[in-house]
Amino acid sequence: MEGLSFFPKEASTFAPRTDAVFFTLLGLSAFMTLAVAFLLVYFCTRYRRGSKARHGGRVSKLIDLEFEAGWSLIPLFIFLFLFTWAAGQEFTLFYPPKDALEISVVGKQWMWKTEHPGGQREINALHIPIGRPIKLDMVSQDTIHSFYVPAFRVKHDVVPGRDNEMWFEAKEPGAYRLFCAEFCGTDHSRMIGTITAMPPEDYARWLDAQPTGETLVAEGRRLYHELGCSGCHEAGGSVRAPPLHGLYGGPVPLEGGAVVTADERYVRDSILRPKSQVAAGYKPIMPSFQGSIDEGELQALQAWIRSIGDGGKEG
Amino acid sequence: MNTIVDAQGSGSSGGSGSHSLPRQAERGVGREEATSYLTAGHGVKSWLFTTDHKRIAILYALTITVFFFIGGAAATLIRMELFTPAGDLVSAEGYNKLFTLHGVIMVWFFLVPAIPATLGNFLLPLMLGARDLAFPRLNLMSWWLIVIAGAFVLYVLVMGGVDTGWTFYAPYSTTYSNGYVVAAAAGIFVSGFSTIATGLNFIVTTHTMRAPGMHWFRVPLFVWSIYATALIMLLATPVLAMALLLIMIERLLGVGIFDPALGGDPVLFEHLFWFYSHPAVYIMILPGMGVVTEIVTCFARRRIFGYQFMVYALLSIAVVGFFVWGHHMFVAGQSMYAGLVFSFLSYVIAVPSAIKVFNWTATLYRGSIVLDAPMLYALGFIGLFTMGGLTGLFVASLPIDVHVHDTYFVVAHFHYVMVGGMVSAFFGGLHFWWPKITGRLYPEAWARFAALLMFFGFNMTFFPQFILGWMGMPRRYHEYPSEFQVYHVLSSAGAVVLGAAYLLPLGYFLWSLRYGQPASDNPWDAKGLEWRTASPPPKHNFPSTPRVDEEAYDYHPPRRPPGGHLDHPSDGRPAS
Repeated sequence: MEGLSFFPKEASTFAPRTDAVFFTLLGLSAFMTLAVAFLLVYFCTRYRRGSKARHGGRVSKLIDLEFEAGWSLIPLFIFLFLFTWAAGQEFTLFYPPKDALEISVVGKQWMWKTEHPGGQREINALHIPIGRPIKLDMVSQDTIHSFYVPAFRVKHDVVPGRDNEMWFEAKEPGAYRLFCAEFCGTDHSRMIGTITAMPPEDYARWLDAQPTGETLVAEGRRLYHELGCSGCHEAGGSVRAPPLHGLYGGPVPLEGGAVVTADERYVRDSILRPKSQVAAGYKPIMPSFQGSIDEGELQALQAWIRSIGDGGKEG
Repeated sequence: MNTIVDAQGSGSSGGSGSHSLPRQAERGVGREEATSYLTAGHGVKSWLFTTDHKRIAILYALTITVFFFIGGAAATLIRMELFTPAGDLVSAEGYNKLFTLHGVIMVWFFLVPAIPATLGNFLLPLMLGARDLAFPRLNLMSWWLIVIAGAFVLYVLVMGGVDTGWTFYAPYSTTYSNGYVVAAAAGIFVSGFSTIATGLNFIVTTHTMRAPGMHWFRVPLFVWSIYATALIMLLATPVLAMALLLIMIERLLGVGIFDPALGGDPVLFEHLFWFYSHPAVYIMILPGMGVVTEIVTCFARRRIFGYQFMVYALLSIAVVGFFVWGHHMFVAGQSMYAGLVFSFLSYVIAVPSAIKVFNWTATLYRGSIVLDAPMLYALGFIGLFTMGGLTGLFVASLPIDVHVHDTYFVVAHFHYVMVGGMVSAFFGGLHFWWPKITGRLYPEAWARFAALLMFFGFNMTFFPQFILGWMGMPRRYHEYPSEFQVYHVLSSAGAVVLGAAYLLPLGYFLWSLRYGQPASDNPWDAKGLEWRTASPPPKHNFPSTPRVDEEAYDYHPPRRPPGGHLDHPSDGRPAS
């Protein structure tokens, strides 16, 4: 990361594709700018007052129109082509591969907390294997942050109240800058960290060397009991509440007739604002957990509910 | 005959130029022209409570000059801080307050009123052949509103401080910021009424007060640009008012609108804010395009190439500008389809901008070009606006925006449009109409030097920021990793040059008020009604209402039918 350079490292599979669009646009822009600059200088020299060139006169109205049509339509077609090409790349960004390694990220003033599926936790750092898609499940504890890794050409805002996700695949081992790109207060410029990309074997070794904390799913299961969720949501509880096993990913009929899919958003809303979407056949008696659990705990609960859902990992 | 008066106060020809003083003496005999608007009343009250659009324009000019140099001082401190990677000059909190001050003051109290409220206010009635704006008292109220709001906001930002950035993103602004957000938002809210009233005034004036014979396609393009700007002012500013009001309500009363902890949605604020602020970018650039058009035709002695297309381009920018706001939210979790639509529309809006650049360039063809200071500024504008516009395509492309969003690339991009574009045009217009406004000529050699210095200073300041952003340097960073330092040092050094280039005109303009040579009515031999009255104009602009019987920019005889011979020397020079 030292020394003078004009070119950020291309360390992810996205990077070369983004750069291809960038340099095509750069070439086109340089050409246009130089062409305009050349014409300005050329005309100003050739047609300066007192020069020998022919001044005045008027090209015919027909030529006038042809020129206008030409320089309206040609840029339009070039722009359409560029748009289509650039937009095509965007589709991949929106669909993370199924086999991606899922890592959860919490952004808060002013640090990044990351957690691996095995429960290994880091602060302002993230170790990842190369050659494998990494999917980040990101939440914010407070205000808007933005997870930005220039060498990977990826960035996504971490908006509070939403489950934000992004993915990338590192292709070269190395240490890369992680920045918060969305202004988030006093120490915004200190909300930075390092992404360490390593060969899969090294990553596995690194994981083993870490103190293995509780995994996210285990933490979620623990919280499910500690917070008293199980008292109502388990069969035989004192109060009747919808069972959570097999819930995630499936349809949920709501009071009033609507049907929603039990996704991350639904689970989050049901925990924080239970009265907003009441499952059909149940009374709206669940208390809100807004303010009594933090984003990390919410993420753990979501992870656990997902794991016991439709086609979940733990069955 | 059209004698082209040499307006250069320097060089060998300057001494013998005599600036057509005889002509002015001839006309000066008239009774009404004896008192210009400057001498038509005396005392502070005759200025502060004037309803004369020309005097109000002067009041605006003084006001925005103060704001420009205050915003500039904040920028100076920012560039000084960024000279080194460590945050050593001001605290992090102080730095955040500085860039907020810079943004708020420059956007709402300099750029938005800059050309419309000064040159627009002064010239709109003159160019239309009217005695004043449609609502002179409303015009005065607009100025009072912006002065009161501006002074209040400045007081809040300097004495208390706000650290949200000019964008006021929620929930930071509503819940987490410790600054005086509500006070600042209230001040900006009030200044919005000034903008709305000004827009309304300009629209009504353009519709109802054009001189006899001036039909819509004879209206000068500066007026068209002000008209298009006024439409945006009228339609977009209320949305800003709503967004700010909602910020105040959430912050004061805890009503959940944007903060998810209260049941709100932060992205809603981004939508509301950019629904105003993207069109507002066009409030800041369209008037500059108008100014440049006037200058280019005059100094090339050519009719503007493609007049009607220039009008349509202005109007389509104003309209499409309302539908591109979502390109500020490509990485905010907006749906993929919304991203595609906004990306597409952002590409489309580049087309009318390209048309304008090509038309200005084509206007020079077969001209008779003089490179006086206004023309240098105009040429600088075309170059810098081209770069600012083309880099707009980069940020309109989804994959590139994912990388450079919220980095210095974006900072460089909008400074190329607003500072390289708008401020260059403003200075160009100020030089062009200075003789009309003050009745004095500015020193040409100094002015040319300042124009060149501004161009180089600007590029040196902001070009490195493109590279910074491309390298991944995020915006609004008080400290930064050392690999970025080279470009920050270059940028800060450029800012010194740029600062000097901005101070120069302040010096020689003030000098010219006292020592400048008196200007004739039409020192540039320009077309347009404003040059048909005295310099400076009398209180009611024209002794009698002028009639318009020619096309705009009638610098040479009208076009010939196809097949007719093309040679038609306009400046008395035989065709070679």
